[in-house]
Amino acid sequence: METFEKHEHDVLVIGAGGAGLRAAIEAKAQGVNVGLVCKSLLGKAHTVMAEGGVAAAMGNVDPQDNWQVHFKDTMAGGKMMNNWRMAQLHAQQAPERVLELEKWGALFDRTPSGTILQRAFGGHTCKRLAHVGDRTGLEIIRTLQERAVEAQVPVYMECTVTHLLRAGDRVCGALAYWRSNGKFVVFTAKSIILATGGVGKSFRITSNSWEYTSDGLGMAYALGAELIDMEFVQFHPTGMVWPPGVKGLLVTEAVRGEGGRLTNNKGERFMERYDPKRMELSTRDQVARAIYTEVKEGRGSEHGGVFLDVTHLDGESVKKKLPSMYHQFKDLADVDITKQPMEVGPTTHYMMGGLRVDAETTATTIPGLFAAGEVAGGMHGGNRLGGNSLSDLLVFGRLAGIHAAEFSRQNKQGITPPDVEIQAATRQMLEPFDRKEGASPYEIHDELQDVMQNLVGIMRIEEDIKTALTKLEGLKQRLKTVRVTGSRIYNPGWHLAYDLRNLLNTSEAIARSALAREESRGAHTRLDHPKLSPEWEKITHVIQKDGDGMNLSQMPKPQMPPELAKLFEESH
Amino acid sequence: MPDVTFRISTGSAEQNEEKTYRVPVAEGWVVLDAVHYIQAHEAPDLAVRWNCKAAKCGSCSAEVNGKPKLMCKTRLDDFADGEEIVVYPLKTFPRIKDLVTDVSWNYEVAKKIKPFTPAKDTKWSMDQRDMDRVQEFRKCIECFLCQDVCHVLRNHDKKPEFAGPRSFVRIANLEMHPLDTASRLDFLKNEGGLGYCNITKCCTEVCPEDIHITDNAIIPLKERLVDEYYDPIAKLFKVFSGK
Ligand SMILES: Cc1cc2nc3c(=O)[nH]c(=O)nc-3n(C[C@H](O)[C@H](O)[C@H](O)COP(=O)(O)OP(=O)(O)OC[C@H]3O[C@@H](n4cnc5c(N)ncnc54)[C@H](O)[C@@H]3O)c2cc1C
Ligand code: SF4
Ligand code: SF4
Ligand code: FES
Repeated sequence: METFEKHEHDVLVIGAGGAGLRAAIEAKAQGVNVGLVCKSLLGKAHTVMAEGGVAAAMGNVDPQDNWQVHFKDTMAGGKMMNNWRMAQLHAQQAPERVLELEKWGALFDRTPSGTILQRAFGGHTCKRLAHVGDRTGLEIIRTLQERAVEAQVPVYMECTVTHLLRAGDRVCGALAYWRSNGKFVVFTAKSIILATGGVGKSFRITSNSWEYTSDGLGMAYALGAELIDMEFVQFHPTGMVWPPGVKGLLVTEAVRGEGGRLTNNKGERFMERYDPKRMELSTRDQVARAIYTEVKEGRGSEHGGVFLDVTHLDGESVKKKLPSMYHQFKDLADVDITKQPMEVGPTTHYMMGGLRVDAETTATTIPGLFAAGEVAGGMHGGNRLGGNSLSDLLVFGRLAGIHAAEFSRQNKQGITPPDVEIQAATRQMLEPFDRKEGASPYEIHDELQDVMQNLVGIMRIEEDIKTALTKLEGLKQRLKTVRVTGSRIYNPGWHLAYDLRNLLNTSEAIARSALAREESRGAHTRLDHPKLSPEWEKITHVIQKDGDGMNLSQMPKPQMPPELAKLFEESH
Repeated sequence: MPDVTFRISTGSAEQNEEKTYRVPVAEGWVVLDAVHYIQAHEAPDLAVRWNCKAAKCGSCSAEVNGKPKLMCKTRLDDFADGEEIVVYPLKTFPRIKDLVTDVSWNYEVAKKIKPFTPAKDTKWSMDQRDMDRVQEFRKCIECFLCQDVCHVLRNHDKKPEFAGPRSFVRIANLEMHPLDTASRLDFLKNEGGLGYCNITKCCTEVCPEDIHITDNAIIPLKERLVDEYYDPIAKLFKVFSGK
């Protein structure tokens, strides 16, 4: 009989990236008892990889910037699919959140007058991204990590949560295992904040780390939570394409922000044909499609990408402004970017969709369960602007902390997770060890990545998506026979076997939503429905578990109040 | 490309077994690619720690042919043709399994370092030139390769008395932050054991972020310590100048 290590907190935060750390710091500041769980070591979450910057309308470089302009840019970039209230709160609160980081020790690059320097980025009409060279994420996560340590938030590192536990309709805890020894842990909490990040590992070519197996989405879905906008997966236009070992690795948009030019094999600056006004600083969906088209029509580079060139800029300043890109190419591809162009192509980057949350409180549709960061949906609509994620983490991480703490205070009566739920969950986790034969988790994952990459990728068509859904069903059946060998001690095969359950569910949600949206909008491109349709602008797709199946429904999108709607009329 | 032979150290804290694999490699592969290949095809439970595979998170530290390295940044074509590649976990920290070690001690030390402490009425304006040297320290990705290689920890296991180069980088960052007001010299002198460091510069050599750990962090800290504790004139001067 399995014994369980047990921990109890008022608020349990799952995930220690920017959103989770910010949430934990805030909940702690509200005076409740907080625990923070993450499946990697502290400070290694995906946020550490963010490069280009954090968007906040501080107006240090472009004084005409303000929250309204940022709000408008965000909505326009999201092709008006964004939850307007989230976009508004985000634009209003981001500057304060960035300045607060500085008070906690962050050191952003400066303007000559000593304020925080801001750089240009795609889709932002003002110079808006606060940054530290091209390692902004590292600066932010380290600052938050140190703040959380200072606040004495207990952190459970390399502890993977596998199930959310529920009593009645309310969430009341979570089951997890220690990666180091495979032993189970039961957390009891009055409220839970999910901040587990995205889904990139469903795709073959991605800028995302191994952690992006959509655990939070999968676990909340299993509990009956609603997922929205799942068709909107961002393919970042510039990932590395060569050598094969680094395919997909991100080339930050800051390269273009600092003046980098995109050219094809004829030496043409092809963005002239797609978006002559904004050129390289067009939104990511447009640039990604442009690159895809150039390559498809035979104007690509040797390794199936296009060229991104900064050789016309001053070499020393490139090294100073983009140090990690300089090293990334030099160390991994033998390319000196101050002398030779980079080869780049689209890479799966970010999930705009996610858990449906209330804009003010980040509450999901499950009582006691909150969500912030990439795992939440709505903020970015059909396409996220670069830099708007880091600010999203800070703004909504904080709101999640406040409201989850408040929920825990109003529901002082903790509920203990029912034993039957815990037993069922652990049995599910251990089954793969019992099988004498069965599929390898690595094989299933490999096939999944091909299915999503080839059939539900950057250019979609009905027939492909239907094939994908059939194949996903087949993979789900195979997952039922997945076999794991070895012990429970730090066993990556076992970890992947669990991840696959979530990956398959979210992949199906992506495919179903993509099939249903018969138009092209933002990051979602349908070759068989190439136009943006005004009718579809009003509709959000909602995915929810329905018995053993998955249900897709439509929900009318909340409409902006007139004073905000006016902002958009004026510009036309 | 020809197959490459990998010898990988597997096992637990108590027991070590080297296992040999032939891996068909592709152009531009790094050591971590090969380890992943072995996981997917031969040893599904082979334990390895990694996250970003972009040399940004500092998770995949190991010892490759005897040298502390990030596995995701160590290219296979940097080795001679036919050279066997031997991968061991970090030696300075206890092994959990295979290539994964227990580095939690580093996080415990971090808790003891006095956090950033600005003055109450701080004006949040800074000159880039004052920040440049501090930003160097903030590049640290906490890979702990410097901790692994430092003989004070590696050979003399002074873990309770010596905080190690990573901690000194962190402290240098805080001490030289233009707006910080706290002093961590007492920690450096006592608990942190800065005196154990005899400036061998091994830490600087392995730092994947090219932080000049010894020249820019440790030596200036040592100088500050000397000024603070052993130089009566400097100390008097401080008393009078209020610094
Ligand atoms: C290469 C790259 C560059 C980027 N650059 C930028 C940029 O310049 N600007 C910008 O705004 N955005 C950028 N982004 C996007 C942005 O970095 C991410 O969207 C953001 O960091 C996500 O933060 P998060 O807090 O939601 O999740 P993460 O930082 O991914 O954290 C997720 C946390 O959840 C934990 N977790 C997950 N599952 C479990 C589980 N089952 N149990 C326990 N813990 C779990 C993980 O361990 C981790 O701690 C970039 C993304 C990439 C990949
Ligand atoms: S210089 Fe000091 S800290 Fe660095 S390795 Fe040598 S003894 Fe250790
Ligand atoms: S100082 Fe360098 S070697 Fe040491 S932990 Fe930081 S990045 Fe790694
Ligand atoms: S995996 Fe992140 S540094 Fe190697």
